Amino acid sequence: MTAPDGAGPGPGTSPAEGEAIRIEGLRKSFGPNEVLRGIDLSVATHEVICLIGASGSGKSTLLRCLNLLEPIDAGRISLWGQEITGAGVDQNLVRKYVGIVFQSFNLFPHMSVLRNITLAPMKARKIPRTQAEEEARALLTRFGLLDKQYDYPDRLSGGQQQRVAIVRALAMRPQIMLLDEVTSALDPELVAEVLDVIRELAATGMTMLIATHEMGFARDIANRVCFLADGTIVEDAPPSRLFTEPRDERTQKFLRRIVEAGRL
Amino acid sequence: MSLGSGGPAPGSFGTTGRGPRLLSGGGRRATAVSSASTLVVLAAIVVIFLLAPGSAQVRHTFFNPTDMWQAFIGDPKKGYYSVGEAIWLNIRMFLAAEVLILIVALAIALVRLSTSPVAFPFRVLSMIYVDFFRGVPLLLVILAIGFGVPALRLPFVSTQSAAVYGVAALVLSYSAYVSEVYRAGLNSVHLSQVAAARSLGLSQASSLRYVILPQAVRNVVPPLLNDFISLQKDTALVGVLGAIEANEAAQIYSSTVFNYSSYAVAAVLFLILTIPLARFTDRVIDRDRRRRLAGSAP
Repeated sequence: MTAPDGAGPGPGTSPAEGEAIRIEGLRKSFGPNEVLRGIDLSVATHEVICLIGASGSGKSTLLRCLNLLEPIDAGRISLWGQEITGAGVDQNLVRKYVGIVFQSFNLFPHMSVLRNITLAPMKARKIPRTQAEEEARALLTRFGLLDKQYDYPDRLSGGQQQRVAIVRALAMRPQIMLLDEVTSALDPELVAEVLDVIRELAATGMTMLIATHEMGFARDIANRVCFLADGTIVEDAPPSRLFTEPRDERTQKFLRRIVEAGRL
Repeated sequence: MSLGSGGPAPGSFGTTGRGPRLLSGGGRRATAVSSASTLVVLAAIVVIFLLAPGSAQVRHTFFNPTDMWQAFIGDPKKGYYSVGEAIWLNIRMFLAAEVLILIVALAIALVRLSTSPVAFPFRVLSMIYVDFFRGVPLLLVILAIGFGVPALRLPFVSTQSAAVYGVAALVLSYSAYVSEVYRAGLNSVHLSQVAAARSLGLSQASSLRYVILPQAVRNVVPPLLNDFISLQKDTALVGVLGAIEANEAAQIYSSTVFNYSSYAVAAVLFLILTIPLARFTDRVIDRDRRRRLAGSAP
């Protein structure tokens, strides 16, 4: 863990080191249902954090709040020391720094793979089409998808679609990637190819928050694993510690059920 | 098979072995049967028409070839216009109205779906607009605009031709319907698409323009084109304002010569207009589906 660095570089300069994300007292309700009940979390640049927990524990909501897709009710979120949850924040600017990939891929079905990837760089980063396509092809080559560049999403397998979705987010050159159960909608034999992509991202030093049900993967890749239950982070520890000697009763119960299901 | 114990094997469901039948029968036998039944039905209609006591009278009054030709080419000296020429006014009114409707209706739909508190009064206005113009018969709108606006004696606005007022009335009325079609289309695009677009840093306007609208419009192309087939025919109503469109020209012919064959001419001309649009609709749907399934370069 890097010490919190209040005067660190913020979006607009070039965020590189230090504390990337700081979440304090984050609360979020949907109607009467309070999904997040005071989340505190600090993520260092280049750190990979896995969020685990039962469905409905708030993992997805937490990630959506970080991308400003959900307005928060209380608390604050800062990136490199700059608050992004206050009034007058340029949401689109924040999103250029924080990419998110969803469980259900959400590719644009009416566009080819290439156009899916180049749209945001052209319209939000305002780079010319030729440059956007060049960058997109470079990314597609890196992840073994170049031969799919002219295909439409519904011609691709789930694994390919999800890899394209990751490439699409990467094309905006984010500093932080949020992955929301990106393998949960995939057939088991397609999970590995997506996890490999994420491993490669981790190897390049991408700061990532990963909500996942793949415990083995979380143990391999995460610097820290956070177990969420009832809208709070119950336990936050390195995977070697959390998976072998969980301290909280709820973590123990959750992991026992995972083991019984043969997922760890 | 896991279709339940004792159930019949799939081969015995009565299909011809070419997959499940929904609406189209398969095989040569089916084609023969459908041709035969079509012929029988057509023959019955023709026989009834020919055997009816007033058959000769109807044929003379509605389908007289000489009158049909006369009505088609027109003769200003005898006091009637060419229906064939008058249809061009329908086409022009249709094209002008269609372009305007597509724009106005989209604007209304976007206002109705906006969520900003500032736009609240506009949301209410657009709702009232849609309720009003969907509720009032088109003919009344045409009469109100066509006779009401000139009576205001405003400069420019009150001195337009009947066709212009007709187009204005068509736009007012149809925009209400078409905005609802757009609204259905916009609602049919899943919210996750909005989230995906916004999460990439696209502005609300860009998300709408590049991600939401194309999908929304694609989803409602058939009902949109259906409304436009309807619009083509409704241009005939503008005749009540005295614009010489096909229906009005046909009416002038019939009241001059006392033969209704001119209406048959107008009917045929409208069919010639609407059938290609209907086939075009089918092709658009097909092409879109094929392109997405083929997954090749656009």
